[in-house]
Amino acid sequence: MKKMKLVMVGNGMAGVRTLEELLKIAPHLYDIAVFGAEPHPNYNRILLSPVLAGEQTLEEIVLNPLAWYAEHGIRLHLGKKVVDVNRARRVVIAADGTEEYYDRLLIATGSNPFIPPLPGSDLQGVIAFRHIADTNVMIETAKTHKHAVVIGGGLLGLEAANGLMSRGMDVTLAHVAPWLMNRQLDDVAGDLLRKSLELRGMKFRIETHTQELVGGPLGRVTAVKFKDGSETPADLVVMAAGIRPNTQLAEKIGLHCLHGIVVNDTMQTVTDPRIYSVGECAAHRGIAYGLVAPLFEQGKVCATHLAEFGIGRYTGSATSTKLKVTGIDLFSAGNFMGGPDCEEIVMSDPYGGVYKKLVIQDDKLVGACLYGDTVDGSFYFKLLRDGRKIGEMRDKLMFGESHLGDAGHQGQNKAAAMADSDEVCGCNGVNKGTICKAIKDKGLFTLEEVRKVTKASASCGSCTGLVEQLLMFTAGGDYSAAPKKKAMCACTDASHQEVRDTIRAEHLLTIDSVYRRLSWRTPNGCSSCRPAVNYYLISTWPKQAKDDPQSHFINERSHANIQKDGTYSVVPRMWGGTTNSSELRRIADTIDKFKIPTVKVTGGQRIDLLGVKKEDLPAVWQSLGMPSGHAYGKTLRTVKTCVGSEWCRFGTQDSTRLGIDLERALWRMYAPHKVKLAVSGCPRNCAESGIKDVGIIGVDSGWEVYVAGNAGIKTEVAHFFVKLKTAEEVLEYAGAFLQLYREEGWYLERTVHYVARVGLDHCKARVIDDAANRKALWERLQFALDGEPDPWFEFDKAGVDARQFQPVGVL
Amino acid sequence: MSDWKVFCRVDDIPVLGARRIARTGSTDVAIFRNSEDKIFALLDRCPHKGGPLSQGIVCGDSVACPLHNWTIGLDDGCAKSPDAGRTQRFSVTVDGGNVLLDVEELTTLALGPTLIPAVAALGAETAVAERPAV
Repeated sequence: MKKMKLVMVGNGMAGVRTLEELLKIAPHLYDIAVFGAEPHPNYNRILLSPVLAGEQTLEEIVLNPLAWYAEHGIRLHLGKKVVDVNRARRVVIAADGTEEYYDRLLIATGSNPFIPPLPGSDLQGVIAFRHIADTNVMIETAKTHKHAVVIGGGLLGLEAANGLMSRGMDVTLAHVAPWLMNRQLDDVAGDLLRKSLELRGMKFRIETHTQELVGGPLGRVTAVKFKDGSETPADLVVMAAGIRPNTQLAEKIGLHCLHGIVVNDTMQTVTDPRIYSVGECAAHRGIAYGLVAPLFEQGKVCATHLAEFGIGRYTGSATSTKLKVTGIDLFSAGNFMGGPDCEEIVMSDPYGGVYKKLVIQDDKLVGACLYGDTVDGSFYFKLLRDGRKIGEMRDKLMFGESHLGDAGHQGQNKAAAMADSDEVCGCNGVNKGTICKAIKDKGLFTLEEVRKVTKASASCGSCTGLVEQLLMFTAGGDYSAAPKKKAMCACTDASHQEVRDTIRAEHLLTIDSVYRRLSWRTPNGCSSCRPAVNYYLISTWPKQAKDDPQSHFINERSHANIQKDGTYSVVPRMWGGTTNSSELRRIADTIDKFKIPTVKVTGGQRIDLLGVKKEDLPAVWQSLGMPSGHAYGKTLRTVKTCVGSEWCRFGTQDSTRLGIDLERALWRMYAPHKVKLAVSGCPRNCAESGIKDVGIIGVDSGWEVYVAGNAGIKTEVAHFFVKLKTAEEVLEYAGAFLQLYREEGWYLERTVHYVARVGLDHCKARVIDDAANRKALWERLQFALDGEPDPWFEFDKAGVDARQFQPVGVL
Repeated sequence: MSDWKVFCRVDDIPVLGARRIARTGSTDVAIFRNSEDKIFALLDRCPHKGGPLSQGIVCGDSVACPLHNWTIGLDDGCAKSPDAGRTQRFSVTVDGGNVLLDVEELTTLALGPTLIPAVAALGAETAVAERPAV
């Protein structure tokens, strides 16, 4: 069969990325031809600034060498500007007469620098900063000339000015707005930036309009004249007054353009179904994006449609700006200027070179501007995008996410200061050198890509800020963006909340019905979404929805914890951490009988038998004769207790008794994630109640209940929830809180994250203030737990597939 | 010479699940069944850190390793991009609901004790990640 023909006009980052995505999924579908007006293969335009500053070479910033085009059989027409497209004949025509026929046309012409219509803008020595050629002119001019003027104090202008200065030129930067980077920074941060650059020798003409460019007798620019009458000498003028989508060709051939080439959610032009457009030239829902991440997202979507898969929609991106300008970290997002209805929290340390401003409206973060220290940028961006109430964290907000109990990367927050051998991601053991190398070698641009390839920040995520910084200075400035809504996984566009809501609203009872209703892309989901959907079904419709054993992680199928060598660990339940001689004797006998190599006391006051072979599990359980400790599941794990008033001379309450009662009431409880409780008999808090999902502390007059503490990756002290008089009340309140979490939490969300998302006030309103609702929650939990089997002894009832313990054959 | 032997019925393997053939002195072989009742057989060892693939979650035509969630193609034993690696595949056929494997292959391919080189070399200090966060 003859291949279809795909022609791409434009040879830049977004377009070539689309081809890469296409070749990945449909390598043989098209015969491809590419036109590029520049005489270079695809290179990383963002890195032109380091090239100008002499930190990198042109060879280093090439993303796809000529060999790549050849390897994929792409006909590359370099240095040929496309001047026309005959849509009736489906032919692309270049200035030199080269023609290519197409079945599909991809327009990725990017954007053009905006050249203000000033007298003298056509003089020799007046350039923009967009192409390799511009960069070369600047480098050459700096060798022979002295004076440079940059017009425009945005990112590009500042980088041009900085680069020229580092090449020895005397640079004046003229900017019409009252402060630098007025689109990305507020006045204070803009002034800090100006002062820091002035110290390095850059000159500024702020709030200054240019009148004209003055030429000499040989037609070369000699000076810049400003509207206030002053003049400054100039051998080189760089125009950096912004960019405009390059729609020249598209308009000429009659494609609908409005702030860019108008495309739909599949990146198809609205005018001609054979023509697609991606990148800075495309206007999607009225927005032409200029950051790499959304453009690559567009490329991915476009590729699936070019490949005729017909899946994937681009629904827009929320963007934030995270930049490194001349060595200074900057971040801004949302409405960082504030306004009459907004409040601001400001931290300013001009001497230390750090400034942070957070803008709050209606108890929500609506904007942020960070200068000098941007490690918490992604945390603020997430808060902003989620529109979460920030009331109860307001006093800590300025200190960001990493102020407390962040483990795994030695408390580092400045990636640039780290050595290549320093560990960035403590979960997966990834050091800085490995990440930087992967970014460079594999051409990674987004956080998601780095996570996929290196696993850095892919587990607990606490080093995300560091990884972003590494991306920034390895791949270049602007990369940050996020989908407006976070899909559950790649199998669907639906979010966790949408899945939960749909299951409840439409009374869905099976995984398949959820997949059908929400148009899942995969037949059986993936290892990430299937357990989540299964949990949502059984937690929403207990006794109605049937649990699917194959939708559980192995630990919950074999009811033991898989270890790294494929053996299992077994933890029998000891109510409230109490045991007796006959249990201990059975444990000892079991250890001997099954030659169990390691026995260890856990943090939750239980005994862990490690190294049990899978075949032995049922016999080990029988031999122990103790209930399952559920140490393997997203379930109630343990209730840790101190000895309390029964023995302790300081004890004020019988904490052991309450712990046992709580554990007996709540065991076998599945939840979005594991749940740990503790009960202490006095404020000395020997059971460490302050870092538990529900922690209880006895005082002389009753019990204090704390919720949503955490001792894991992120140490978080539990919040005070309520003070109660009796143990019965504690059971009801704790149970109701946990049922709320079970009904509303997203899968794999610990209580600390759940409460952070919905707010403590939300939980208090439903559990403490509303007595009827509390009783209803507590009853629903008891209903769900009533008659639940012990999976170690009631295989049939618990859906344990006993066949798994035996091989089908032995050789 | 192929030497086909019946090891079980298709129904002995849970849908979207797996069973094992134990090989004395060598790593087990995992037999998988997907939602379309297609049967696959792979060495029960992830190319990453040796996790038992038979204990993973089966989706479509791949299995997610229980240790670190690498996704392995059931058909070819290859890790899905961006991870790279391959585990031995075994021939398997179904005849009248019986699942047959080639004893010749089972007794000659990927022999030897359960080797987990990465783990053995790095020892206990190797950080083991939890499954990726949602």
